[in-house]
Order: sequence, then structure tokens, then C-alpha cells
Amino acid sequence: MTVFIIRRLLASVVLLFFISLISFFIITLTPGSPYPWGELNPKVSEDVKRIFREKFHLDKPLHEQYGFIMRDLFTGELRSIKDERPVLAKIAERLPATLALNLGALALSLSFGLLLGVYGARYAGRPPDVITSILAFVFIALPGFWVSYLLAIGLVNYGAVPILGTHTIGVTFTNGLEVFLDRWWHVMLPASILAIGGVAVQSRFIRASMIETLREDYIRTARAKGLDENAVFYRHALRNSVRPLITGIGMLLPALIGGAVIIENIFAYPGMGRLGYEAVLERDYPTLVALNFVTAALVLLGNLLADVLYAVVDPRVRLE
Amino acid sequence: MITTTPEPLEVAASPMERSLRRFRANKIGLYALGMVGLLAVIAVAFFALDVLGIPWPMDPDATNLERKLLSPNPVNWLGTDNLGRDVFSRMLNGAYISLTVGFVAVFVSLFIGVTVGAVAGYFGKWVDNLIMRFVDAIMCFPTFFLILTAVALVGPSIFNIIIVIGLVSWTGTARLVRAEFLTLRESAYVQAARALGQRGPKIIFRHMLPNAAAPILVTAVLGVPEAILAEAGLSFLGFGVQPPQATWGNIIADGKSYILDAWWLILFPGLAILIAALSFYLTGDALRQAVETRSERQ
Repeated sequence: MTVFIIRRLLASVVLLFFISLISFFIITLTPGSPYPWGELNPKVSEDVKRIFREKFHLDKPLHEQYGFIMRDLFTGELRSIKDERPVLAKIAERLPATLALNLGALALSLSFGLLLGVYGARYAGRPPDVITSILAFVFIALPGFWVSYLLAIGLVNYGAVPILGTHTIGVTFTNGLEVFLDRWWHVMLPASILAIGGVAVQSRFIRASMIETLREDYIRTARAKGLDENAVFYRHALRNSVRPLITGIGMLLPALIGGAVIIENIFAYPGMGRLGYEAVLERDYPTLVALNFVTAALVLLGNLLADVLYAVVDPRVRLE
Repeated sequence: MITTTPEPLEVAASPMERSLRRFRANKIGLYALGMVGLLAVIAVAFFALDVLGIPWPMDPDATNLERKLLSPNPVNWLGTDNLGRDVFSRMLNGAYISLTVGFVAVFVSLFIGVTVGAVAGYFGKWVDNLIMRFVDAIMCFPTFFLILTAVALVGPSIFNIIIVIGLVSWTGTARLVRAEFLTLRESAYVQAARALGQRGPKIIFRHMLPNAAAPILVTAVLGVPEAILAEAGLSFLGFGVQPPQATWGNIIADGKSYILDAWWLILFPGLAILIAALSFYLTGDALRQAVETRSERQ
């Protein structure tokens, strides 16, 4: 087990190196000006440009720039162009909100995906399966921002679900539980909308895996023993869907974090996605590099956890 | 008198014919394909009219402040926006943008994905290892955020958006082609071609690629709606195709300020995105079912 985890950690370090290269090259290899004020702005003097270039090491060759950026990133010295605050601090203060939103959406995707997928597989090829399949594709095809607006109108007019921010403004809760519930209540709507696509993807995945499992020999044995179909399905076959459930974690995370950029923006939710959008608007490229790096590293961590979990849950996975 | 008509000779159907037969039997897939065809016809027809300078049904960019924010009526079938522009005409214009982005971006991503996947799968060993670690790393990035970052840095234009979406979304295709190639590499006809002394490129393009064509076609069709949705999201955030050019995403983005007075500015373009994306997904899924060899063994 320890050997397995160490091996996976080493593989992750290699991946992290590639991730750092990619985040760095997004800004250096894209044509276009790295300056926040644009290349040809006549109001900016040559001196300012020179100082800017020196400050962000843009006068150095590429490999040295890469070294500087990575050094600054890991020592926490990488600063935002906009307000000169350390980028890592800016990201860290957004992290709790981001985790709440994305983990909430992940939990919703996995649980409802499982329900929908299992239901589809149980009636494979028959009308309930056809309907849930089409429903899943409708979910994947729904543009999240559109659903957000439609739901927001409906909920503002006919309901009392909060659609802005992370907590009720102007009310101080004394009880820790109340604070928690208030935050949970606020994260619910954005997380549900974010999860729509994930539910669909995960349900297709679970359905395919269940149908595959139902062709296995041990299922035939169970049927031959005379077990009724429900027992075969729910007691023997269903257990195997724990594997796609875990794989789903790694598969869904990038899409969720990416989709959160739009959703956080609509619901004024102060997570990393909104930070990224603000950085994009201001061409704050140290923040962009760091954000891309940190989010990819988080996904990598998610994948690593999923791999370890996989090995813990399924004894057939060899830990070499 | 009794005449016996001779039984027609049974000719074994080729895999292609079997796939086509299965596809034709799938009603949902056929409807979805019909919808895709309809959208394509609309887009091409509108583009042609636009090039010829015939504004039909109305000029999508013509403003008319006396007729602003009208709800759907006999003249403006889907209403007008805050500048009095006809929403229906703007949506037809948007269809052309969406489909162009969808198809061309997929073409770019296929080109990269197939090349990278073929190289990794054919050569194997350390080449494969290096390429696939790189692919794994790209797959860790939140796709939409990566696209947004890159588009913001290069500057939003239809060309840049297509290139960026293509550059970011090839990893799935690469993995698929690699997996296909790893199995095809061991097949008898590839071994035979190699024994005959054929070179790598010829084996890859003449022998292996045609045999991996079916799954590649499926990923291509399923990639189109992803690109359409990504473009819509970018347009919505203001980093898509720039105004005054109408796209489904930026009609919604412009209309969101009038959301409580003008529901038609939000509802119809969103439905268009949904229907377009759904038709491609369902077509792709029907294709996948038709070419999947596993279902033959059932």
C-alpha cells in the first residue's frame, strides 16, 4: 500500500511538472501583449514598460522566466499585477468557497448520477431507459448560464431561495450551526446548476458499467441459482458500480471547476472561478498562471485520492 | 399452378452495412440527424443570403429604437432587443456562427488528437509514455477556464476562439486513437504490412487509421456540441465573437439586463443552443451504438 502511494506520488510529481510547463506556456506562447495596458498604448512610456518587463522578468530568456515564475509561485512571492498582493493569498481566501461549491456539486453529481444510471440500467432498452437516456443528453446539452437565469427569475419571483453571495448579509448568527446552515442554503442553488451536466455524464457512465457487469459470469451464476432479478441486480451487480463512482471523481472535477467560472459569476459567488474571471478582465497574468496551476494541481490531488480509494475499495486492483 | 419464387441469395452484410442498418433502425438518432441537417441548411442558407446582401427576414444588425423590446409579434417573430434589432434574424445569424465554430474547432482538435494519438499508439514505449503523461497533465486543467484564459490573452475573435477550443479539446481523441492503435498494432494485417517492409507513415495512414475511423467519427460528432457550448459560454462572458456580430451566447448576455421585462431575449437563444447541442449529442450517441461491435455479440 505504501509503495503504491509513493509510486503514485512520484507519477504525480512528473504530471505536476508538465502542468507547470503548460500553465507557463499559456501566457508566454500566446501571441498578444503581456502588458495589462496593451502593446501600443501611447500613454505608457518606454520607461514604464522597461520597469514592468524587469519586474516580471520579461526581459529574460524563456527558460529563465519559467524558473523565476515557478520559484516565485512556490515561495509565495508571485504577486498580482492589479493590487500587488501575493497571488497565493488571494487564491487561499477564495479556496473555502470554491471547495464548498465544487464538492457540493460533485456530491450531487455522483449521487443523482448513480440513481439515474442504475435506474436506466435496470430497465435497459425499455421505455424508462430510453426516457432517462434522452433526459441525460438534455442535461449535458443545457447551457448552465441559461438555466441559471431562468431559475433565478423563477426563484426570485416565486420563492425565497437566495441567489447571491455566500451568506445572508446584515444578519449575525451566533450559533455555529446556523452559520453553517446559512452558507449551505446559499451554496445550494449554484451547486445544483453546476451539477446538472455532471449528473448526466455520471449517469451514462454508471449505466454503461452496470450493463457491462450484467454480462459477467458471476451474474449468470446468480441467476442460475434461481435468485430473482432484483436480488441479482441490487445485491450482486450494483456493488461493482462503486468503481465508476470513484473514477467519476477524477473525471468530473475539471469540468466542474471550469463550469464554476460562469456560475460563480452569475451568482456573485466569491470563489476561484470568479477570481479567474476578474483576472482575465484585468489581464492579470501572474494570477492567471497561478490559478491554472493551482486548479490543475487540485484536480491532480483529486485523481490521486480517487486512485488510492479505488485500491482500498477494490481488492482486485493490484498495488504494485 | 403453384410457382415457387426462388429464395434471394443471402449475402453476408459488410460491417459498414450492418452499422448503417442499425443506425437506420434508431428513430431518435434519425430525428436528431434530421435536426442537425436542418440546422446546417439554415446556417448555410443564411450565410449565402448574407453574402449576397439580401437581409432575410430582416437585417440582423439594423437598429430601430422605435421598435425596441417588443415581445414576439407578427413582424418580429421572436421579438426585438433593446436596440430594436429583430431577434429571429439575429438567431439565424447565430446559427451560422455556432455551427462554424463547432465544426471547425472539432476539425482542429481531430487533426491534433489523431496525429498525437497515432504517434503514441504506433511507436509505443517511451514516446507513448511521454506523450500520454503530457495528455494526462492537460486533462487536469479545467477545460473552460483554460479556454477562457487563452482567448482572453490572444484576444477574442471567431478565428482565435476556434483555434483555442481546438487546441484545448484534442486530448480525448488522442487517448482514444492511441488505445485503438495499441490493439491494431498487434493485428495480423499490420504485422504483415510490416513484414512486407512498409514504412511507418504508410502503415499508420493506409492500414491503421481507416480501421479506427468509426470511433473517431463518433468522438468528432460528440465534440461539436462541446465546442458550441464552450463558444456560447465565452460569448456570454463577453469573450466570444464580438458584437455587433450576433451569436446565441451574446444575445443572452445582452438580454440579461432586461431579464424581468424581456423574457424572449433569454428564452429563445437558450433553446436554440439546447436544441443544437442535443441534436449533435443524440446523433453521436446513435452513431456510437451503430458502430459498436460489442452489441453484435449480444
